[in-house]
Amino acid sequence: MKSAIVLFPGINRESDMARALEMASGRAPEIVWHKETELPDVDLIVIPGGFSYGDYLRCGAIAARSPIMRDVVAKAEAGVTTLGVCNGFQVLTETGLLPGALMRNADLKFVCRDVHLRVETTGTRFTGGYEEGQVIRVPVAHGDGNYFADEDTLDRLEGDGRVVFRYCDADGNAGSRANPNGSVRDIAGILNARGNVLGLMPHPEDHIEPAQGSTDGFGIFMSVVAALETA
Amino acid sequence: MKARVTVTLKNGVLDPQGKAIQHALSSLGFSGVDDVRQGKLIELEIADQDRDKARAEIEAMCEKLLANTVIENYAIELV
Repeated sequence: MKSAIVLFPGINRESDMARALEMASGRAPEIVWHKETELPDVDLIVIPGGFSYGDYLRCGAIAARSPIMRDVVAKAEAGVTTLGVCNGFQVLTETGLLPGALMRNADLKFVCRDVHLRVETTGTRFTGGYEEGQVIRVPVAHGDGNYFADEDTLDRLEGDGRVVFRYCDADGNAGSRANPNGSVRDIAGILNARGNVLGLMPHPEDHIEPAQGSTDGFGIFMSVVAALETA
Repeated sequence: MKARVTVTLKNGVLDPQGKAIQHALSSLGFSGVDDVRQGKLIELEIADQDRDKARAEIEAMCEKLLANTVIENYAIELV
């Protein structure tokens, strides 16, 4: 599996992401600077976490309009598998590839800790390696992860099985105390209508080896590799 | 020509920053504040002197970048 990481000024999680991608696929990703206008021919496009453009205007807003993003949007719309983590999720919503928006955390605090997520569907190319309802533990580190969309959009997401991850407690119960940022319906990650674009706030790339305390995040990368290499 | 764009959160979108400001005001003794909504003010210096053209152009800027219309409204004022 060939992959590319898109890099904007202010992004700081690209090395973790590159390590996860290389461990899962056996191949180092290409790093593509935001001023480029064309992506290399890859199977997976990743927008990592960080603080692109210092979160000016709105998180991800400036990055979403940078030169490389035209090709990212075109390729994602043509069906190329695309993953956005944290700031990457914010960028994907700002481009319109994913619905809704990520707002300031409800309690206004930057939250940096492990959270539990419930895998709501395994019928995606990102979650095929998990079990339905499986609870995984991964870190979050964000100040603007409060997912918002109007009720119609939320109902559509739920109805189509496009809510992929939900914040929950260690036993898998979603609810206000397990929700670190106030996201509507405890939503942590969503899929686009076509099923090839995933955005999530938590950082699966930071729980990939035992020294990190958990390997729960590696399943996303292994799932993508499995889905794309058998496709 | 100067233009002012005011970006505010849509009704129904929670504004935790506005709430925090309201609480701070209340702890300062300003008790009569029922609600606070926080927004952004963006000032633009526009070369074009044709007001209609400028307004249309700024509207396009709002739709494409200055506001996120999923959660925000915008108002344009030419001064």
